[in-house]
Amino acid sequence: MKNYFRSTKRLKLILFLVFFTACIENAPLDSLSPEGPYARTIDDLFWLTFWIAVAIFVLVQTVLLVAVVLFRDKPGKPEPKQIHGNVKLELLWTVIPILILASIAVPTVRAIFDLAKEPADAMKVEVIGHQWWFEFKYPDYGITTANILVIPEDTPIRLEMWSNDVMHNFWVPKLNGKRYLVPGQLTYLNLYADNAGEYWAQCGEYCGLSHSKMRARVISLNNGDFNDWVKNEQKDALRPNEGTLAAEGEQVYLNSGCTQCHIVNGVWDVQGDRIAPNLSHVASRHVLGGASFKNNPEDLSKWLANPAEIKPGTFMPNLELTEDEIVALIEYLGTLK
Amino acid sequence: MSEDIKEKRFLTVFKRPSSTEGIWSWITTVDHKKIGIMYGYAAFFFLLLGGLEALILRIQLAKPDNDFLSAAEYNAMFTMHGTTMVFLVIMPLSAAFFNYLLPLQIGARDVAFPRLNALSYWLWIFGGLFLYSTFIFGSAGAPQGGYLAEEIGWLGNAPNGGWFGYQPNASFKYSPGTAMDYWALGLQILGVSSLVSAFNFITTILNMRAKGMRLMRMPVFTWMTFAVAFLLAFSLPIIAIALFFVTFDRQFGTTFFLTEGGGDPVLWQHLFWLFGHPEVYILILPAFGIVSEILPTFSKKPLFGYAAIVFAGFGIAFIGFGVWAHHMFASAISPVAQAGFGLSTMVIAVPTGVKIFNWLGTIWGGKLNLKTPMLFALGFIAMFVIGGLSGVTHSIVPADTQQTDTYYIVAHFHYVLFGGAMFGIFAGLYYWFPKVWGKMYNEKLGQLHFWLMMIGFNLTFGPMHWLGLKGQIRRTWVYAEETNLGFWNMVVTIGVFVIAVSIIIFMINWIYSKRKGPEAPMDPWDARTIEWTIPSPTPVWNFSTPPEIENLDDFWHRKYDEDEEGRPVRKDMANQLLIDLESDGLNPKEHIELPNPSYFPFILASGLPFLGYAIIYRSLALAGLGLLLLLIGGFGWALEPIEEEEIGDVEDG
Repeated sequence: MKNYFRSTKRLKLILFLVFFTACIENAPLDSLSPEGPYARTIDDLFWLTFWIAVAIFVLVQTVLLVAVVLFRDKPGKPEPKQIHGNVKLELLWTVIPILILASIAVPTVRAIFDLAKEPADAMKVEVIGHQWWFEFKYPDYGITTANILVIPEDTPIRLEMWSNDVMHNFWVPKLNGKRYLVPGQLTYLNLYADNAGEYWAQCGEYCGLSHSKMRARVISLNNGDFNDWVKNEQKDALRPNEGTLAAEGEQVYLNSGCTQCHIVNGVWDVQGDRIAPNLSHVASRHVLGGASFKNNPEDLSKWLANPAEIKPGTFMPNLELTEDEIVALIEYLGTLK
Repeated sequence: MSEDIKEKRFLTVFKRPSSTEGIWSWITTVDHKKIGIMYGYAAFFFLLLGGLEALILRIQLAKPDNDFLSAAEYNAMFTMHGTTMVFLVIMPLSAAFFNYLLPLQIGARDVAFPRLNALSYWLWIFGGLFLYSTFIFGSAGAPQGGYLAEEIGWLGNAPNGGWFGYQPNASFKYSPGTAMDYWALGLQILGVSSLVSAFNFITTILNMRAKGMRLMRMPVFTWMTFAVAFLLAFSLPIIAIALFFVTFDRQFGTTFFLTEGGGDPVLWQHLFWLFGHPEVYILILPAFGIVSEILPTFSKKPLFGYAAIVFAGFGIAFIGFGVWAHHMFASAISPVAQAGFGLSTMVIAVPTGVKIFNWLGTIWGGKLNLKTPMLFALGFIAMFVIGGLSGVTHSIVPADTQQTDTYYIVAHFHYVLFGGAMFGIFAGLYYWFPKVWGKMYNEKLGQLHFWLMMIGFNLTFGPMHWLGLKGQIRRTWVYAEETNLGFWNMVVTIGVFVIAVSIIIFMINWIYSKRKGPEAPMDPWDARTIEWTIPSPTPVWNFSTPPEIENLDDFWHRKYDEDEEGRPVRKDMANQLLIDLESDGLNPKEHIELPNPSYFPFILASGLPFLGYAIIYRSLALAGLGLLLLLIGGFGWALEPIEEEEIGDVEDG
C-alpha cells in the first residue's frame, strides 16, 4: 500500500510537470500571446493572478500531502489531541486572503475602467453579427465587407457592435477579450494591433448550429497598405470582359437567385442591406463562409454545391447549380478583386 | 379505531396501501430512507446517461474537424449533458443524502412532511422522464429560413440551446421544433420538485430535532442541507418565472426576451444566473457537508473550527446571490457593475478559503485512516482547491473576458462540480454504505476506483485549462486543424475513458458488496454523529427510542473521554454501549407510529408531464388528463384516512 501510494504520487508529479511544460505552439487563438496593448493589459493581470494562485495551490497541496505522510495511522500511534479550533489561526487565514485579494482588486478595477474607455482618435468600425458570419462596416469610408476585418497597424480601433439575429460574441484573443453582440443593443470593444499581421477571431457565444464555424480574421496593415485597401474597397466591382468564362459566371450570379441576398456594387444596384455578405471584393478575401473555409476553387465549389453541408443551418440555399455553372461562378468571383 | 377515522374512510375510494415489499412498496412509500435510496439509484442511472453523452461529445472532439456527430447532434448532446448532470444527477444525488441522512442526523423518525417528500421524488422522476422523452417525441431544426444538408436523427431531436438556454437563440424562431419546450417545461417540473423538498427540509430541521439537538450541535452535513434548502427556496422561484416567460415566448407569442417585441435577451441571462449562481452552491454545499463529516471521523479529531465552517457555508450561500453577473462579463454591463461583481466574486473566495484551511486544520495532527471515503474526501480538497483558484481568476474581469466561454471555464467548473461535488458524493456513498446496506464495501476496489478516477479526472479536465487559454471555445462542434489543439483534445478524450472504467469498477463494487459483502457493524468507522448509534442497516423506525443529545458530536462523547493532554480515552463502557444500542435499536420497547404509505404523491406527480405535453401539443385532452390526475392526487391526498401502522407491537400481541 505504501509503495503504491508513493508511485502514484510520483505519477501525479510527472503529470503536473507535463501539463505545465507542454505548451501548444502556434495556436492562432492563443489568449496568452498578446499583440497589442489591450490584450497585454489583460495578459499581465492574468499572470499576476496565475502566480498567486500557483503559490496558494502549492501551499495547500503541500500541507495536504505532508499531513497525509506525517499523520497516517500507524500501529502504535497515539490518539491525537482533540483540537476544536484556534481563533488566531482562523482569523489569520481569513485576513491574509482578504489582503491578497485586495492587492489583486486594485489593478483589476483600474484595468476594467481603462479597457472600457473610448480611445481618442480611434477609427470606427461597425461589427454586425449574423448566423454565422461577421459583417464589418466602415462608416467613415463607406465600406462594407465580411469575415475579414482590415485595420491599420498601431492605431486604436473602436468597434461598435450589434447582432442581426441571436447573440454573438466577437473575440480576437491576441488583441482583446470578448464582447457580446446583442440584437437591439449597441456594445463596444477596442482593438489595437502593434504590428502588421493576421489574427484569428471567433464567435465566443453559443449561437446555434454552426456556432463553431463562425470565425473571422483581423488583418492589420501598415498605413500605406491600408490606404490602398480602402481605395480598392471603395471602388465598384470590376466587370468581366464579354465572352469570357467570368462573364458567364456573372450571368449565373445575376440569374440564379444570388442577388436576392448578396450585393456586388455596381452590378446590381440596390438600396440598403442584404442579409448575406457583400461580394464586391470577395476575391480579396482568403477565407469565406465565416472564415470557415479557404477561398480556393476546390472549397468554393463544395460550398456552392451545397452550403448546408459545410455550415449546417445556413441561410444560403442549395441553388441546384450545375457543375458548369459552378465553374463559371467561381471564375467570376475570382475576378472580384 | 376512533370514530372520526372511521368516518373519514367513507370519503375515500382507495384504502391506504399496505405493501411492505415489491414495487408497490416503493411507489407508495413515504419512508425517507426508501425515498433516498430511490433518488440515489435513479440519479445514478441519469449519471450513466449523462456520462454516455460526455463520451459521445469527447469522441467527436478527439480530433480536429471530426464528423462523428452532426452539428445538431453535438449541440443536443452538450445541452443534455449539462442539463442532466446539474438537474438529474448532482442535485438528486445530494437529495439522496438529504433524504436518507437528515432525519437520522437530527434524531427524527422521518421528515416533517413524508408524503410531500414522496411528491418531491415523483415530481423529479416524472420531470426527468418528461425531459428525456424528447428523444422519442421531440423535434429540432435549423433556424427559420435556414437549411440543413441532412435530416436530424433521433440523437439530435433533443434540446439544443444549451443548459443555459440563452435567448434569443432558444426562442422559437431560432430553435424551432419542440425540443426546447421539453427543456423549459422539464426544468419547470424539476424546479417544483426541488422547491417542495426545500420547504420540507427547512421545516424538518427547524421542528424535528431530537431533544438537546440545538442548532449549534447539528452535524455540518445537516447545516449544509439547511443552507441548500434556503438557496433552493430563494433561487428556484426566479428560474420558474423566467422559464414560464420562455414557454410563453415560444408558445403564445409573447416577447419577454425578444428584441422585436421590445423584450430584452440580456434580461434572460440576468434571471438565469440569478438562479444559476446560487445553483452552483446548491450543487457544492452538500459535498462540503459530507466532507466535513468524513474528515473528523477518519482523523480521530473534531472538526477544526466547527462554527467557522458553518458560518462560512452560510456566508457562501448568502454572497452567492450577489455574484451572478460574473457569468456575463462579456456583456455590455457597465464598468462599475463589472467592478462590483468582480469584487463580490473575490469576496466569496474568503469563506471558501476558511473552509479549506479549516479542513486542513482538521486533518493536521490527526490519526489519518486512509480508507476510501477519506481518500475521496482528501481528493475533494485537492481538486476543489484547483477549481476554487481558477474561479478567482474569473473575478479578474479583464482576464475573464478572455477566458469566458472557453474550455478554461469548462475545466474550472468541472473541477468544482466533479472534483468537488462528485468526489464528495462518492466519499459519502462509501462512508454511509454500511449504514444503508448493513454490508461493507470492498476496500481494494474502492481504492482502485479512487485512484483511477483521480487520474482519469485530471487527464480529462487538467488539459482543458490549457486548451481554453489557447483559444478553444466552449460548445464547439468542431475546431480547425490550424488551431493546433488536436493533441490535448485527444488526451482529454482518453481521460474520459479512464473515468468510465473507474465508474464501472464502482458499480461492480457496489453490486457485489451489497450482495456478498461482509456484515457491517453498527459503527464501522468509530464515528461521531448519531446516525451511527442505530443498527446497520437502518431499521424502518430509525431510532427505537428518541435520542437525547448533550454534545456536538454526541456519539463520540458517549464513547470517549479526554485525558489531561486532550487525547481521547475510550470509556470502559463504550463497547457495552454499542452492544446495548444495537439490541435496543433492533427491539423497540413501545409502539412506533410511522407515517402511512400513500398512492397520492405518485398520482399527483404523474399529472404534471401530461400538462407539459398539453402545452407543447396544444391538446385539451392531455390537459384534461393531467388536470384530472392532479385533482385525484390532491383530493385523495387531502381525504386520505390515517391508519396506524404499528411496529414493535410484539409484546402486546
